Amino acid sequence: MQHDHDAYWKDVLGLIRNVLIVWFVVSYGFGILLAPMLNSIQLGGYPLGFWFAQQGSMYIFIALIFIYSAKMGKLDEKHGVQED
Amino acid sequence: MSLQAITYLFVGLSFALYIGIAIYCRAGSTKEFYAAGGSVHPVLNGMATGADWMSAASFISMAGLIANFGYGGALFLMGWTGGYVLLAMLLAPYLRKFGKFTVPQFFGTRYYSKAASTVGVFCLLAASLTYIIGQMTGVGVAFSRFLGVSNSTGIYLGMGIVFCYAVFGGMKGITYTQVAQYCVLILAYTVPAIFISLQLTGNPIPQLGLGSDMAGTSVSLLAKLNQIATDLGFAEYTTSTRLSTLNMFVYTVSLMIGTAGLPHVIMRFFTVPTVKDARSSAGWALVFIAILYTTAPAVAAMAKMNLHNTTFNYKIMGNEAAGVAMDPNLDLFAADAGTVYETRPDWMKRWEVTGLLKFEDKNGDGRIQYYNDKNKSPEFQAKAAAAGWKGNELKVNGDIMVLANPEIALLPNWVIALVAAGGLAAALSTAAGLLLAISSAISHDLLKNKFMPDLSEKNELMAGKISMACAIMVAGYLGLNPPGFAAGTVAIAFGLAASSIFPALMMGIFSKTMNKQGAISGMLAGIGVTMFYVFAHKGIFFIKSTTFVDSIGGANFFFGIEPNAFGAIGALVNFAVAFAVKNMTEPVPAEIAQMVIDVRIPKGSKAVDGAH
Repeated sequence: MQHDHDAYWKDVLGLIRNVLIVWFVVSYGFGILLAPMLNSIQLGGYPLGFWFAQQGSMYIFIALIFIYSAKMGKLDEKHGVQED
Repeated sequence: MSLQAITYLFVGLSFALYIGIAIYCRAGSTKEFYAAGGSVHPVLNGMATGADWMSAASFISMAGLIANFGYGGALFLMGWTGGYVLLAMLLAPYLRKFGKFTVPQFFGTRYYSKAASTVGVFCLLAASLTYIIGQMTGVGVAFSRFLGVSNSTGIYLGMGIVFCYAVFGGMKGITYTQVAQYCVLILAYTVPAIFISLQLTGNPIPQLGLGSDMAGTSVSLLAKLNQIATDLGFAEYTTSTRLSTLNMFVYTVSLMIGTAGLPHVIMRFFTVPTVKDARSSAGWALVFIAILYTTAPAVAAMAKMNLHNTTFNYKIMGNEAAGVAMDPNLDLFAADAGTVYETRPDWMKRWEVTGLLKFEDKNGDGRIQYYNDKNKSPEFQAKAAAAGWKGNELKVNGDIMVLANPEIALLPNWVIALVAAGGLAAALSTAAGLLLAISSAISHDLLKNKFMPDLSEKNELMAGKISMACAIMVAGYLGLNPPGFAAGTVAIAFGLAASSIFPALMMGIFSKTMNKQGAISGMLAGIGVTMFYVFAHKGIFFIKSTTFVDSIGGANFFFGIEPNAFGAIGALVNFAVAFAVKNMTEPVPAEIAQMVIDVRIPKGSKAVDGAH
């Protein structure tokens, strides 16, 4: 039981870490810190840094939650801890 | 039908709908009252969370703030959505597995002491009450503007309506009412946005319109807006940060973790049937929220464009549907460039009455000059002086960007009435969610847990209703007599939640070794530092005359970070103090460490209950 928990929890933390990296890069990275640089690239009429800050980061947040949710479902089954 | 009559009709119909739903779904047990019986479908729960979440501030004020801040407004957009990623991964599923009604209950059990639960109640009340002041003021503002009654009548009306459906319906009634309120508010927000996007860019989808060319030209809307803004001495729209990059960064962190720590949002995840549903429900909530939040920047930029356009005689851009031709070579500084005040459009006259729009003819030429007279660049000053401008003549409250938007774009009356119903739905739904969080903290966590442990379920339900009624009175009183200032309080509520509740929840789940001493001192230190910084700027308990920031280093003395953004620093203090104290005190009991392990796995989740 204890051993199972540790393996499961390690997988969960790995998944959370990966999601948080993307979450940080699109919002704080592209949207804030790198925005002045990215603004020289145009996405349609949007400067790219501005687009990440006011549009893109939000779309990616949504995708992240559903990806996380689906992967967690698989992890639960892999470790046999899903709900009955 | 007159505008007033249509507005009454729309608002009346929407209220009848909410109250009808509340009567149909009234709560018969504490489980239904606090957690809607734990049986709400994740998509519906997401919709209800969206309405719960999007307050009068999101609906009315956010687009105005973005229009004002330009690029820097992104901190609200990212801050108020990014928190849901944290919520979905770090808190919601585990709290659902834990299976209790309230946040203080989690603290009480995980940190094995009533003291932790009481500190939790204190933090929850501090954040929720600060938040509700802003909501009640918003309710008053919305009622008075839309229905033409006085501000205080507006607040009394709002109190009455919330009382009807929150007290009788509890979480169950509130949840289904919020689903209806979401539909009303999202329609009210997107319909005018679609019309305006179509007029300005020819693209009906505002999110794409914002990145398109102005209709009939090959200049992009944002480029045009940048040009007008800089010509008139404002900061460039797409690059203006909020104070500094560091401040913007910290402000965004603060709003994100505050979002994940706000008790009335967390409570929503106790209402879904399973742990799996709690994860996806956060995603659905964000989908429904993002529909409004990705529209807001388009509303902001387009309303700003329309506003500038209104202040010029020969239009600086076209508006084909409104039949306005454009003069591409307009000299903004020419003597006859500004709109003659006497010929201003009707919507300006209407909103002048409310005080949200003020004109003062400083140079006596009878024309409107709307520009940034605070721009210190000598070149710009010289240009303005040569044109005979004697200062900015138009004062615009940001709320107009949404409220007057349909009128500015000459949309039909039913759209204006719809916006009224939407604004009221946004304010009421959030107020109801907050009141429920407050009443459950008082009746369940303080009364039942601390003072009267053998309270029967029937009496507890009654106590919950009475404490909610009292909370409505207090909220109404605060709305009628806002302590000093009200508009900025919403952001501060996030700071308080970010610095106290979020770190304690995180450590409760992700650290098996965090003990009660660490958690309690962390929460107190976090919320303490944040309150200190806020009170230094805004006055003790927001009483203006008691500010003391000048005696300890001047405004924004901590690395130029504004008080609204300070919650992130408070959270760091919370974590640091908690771990330091933990290492100096005795370790957690073995059964608590085992409980943490159980909370982490979905298997064996049960329906929520209120047992301690």
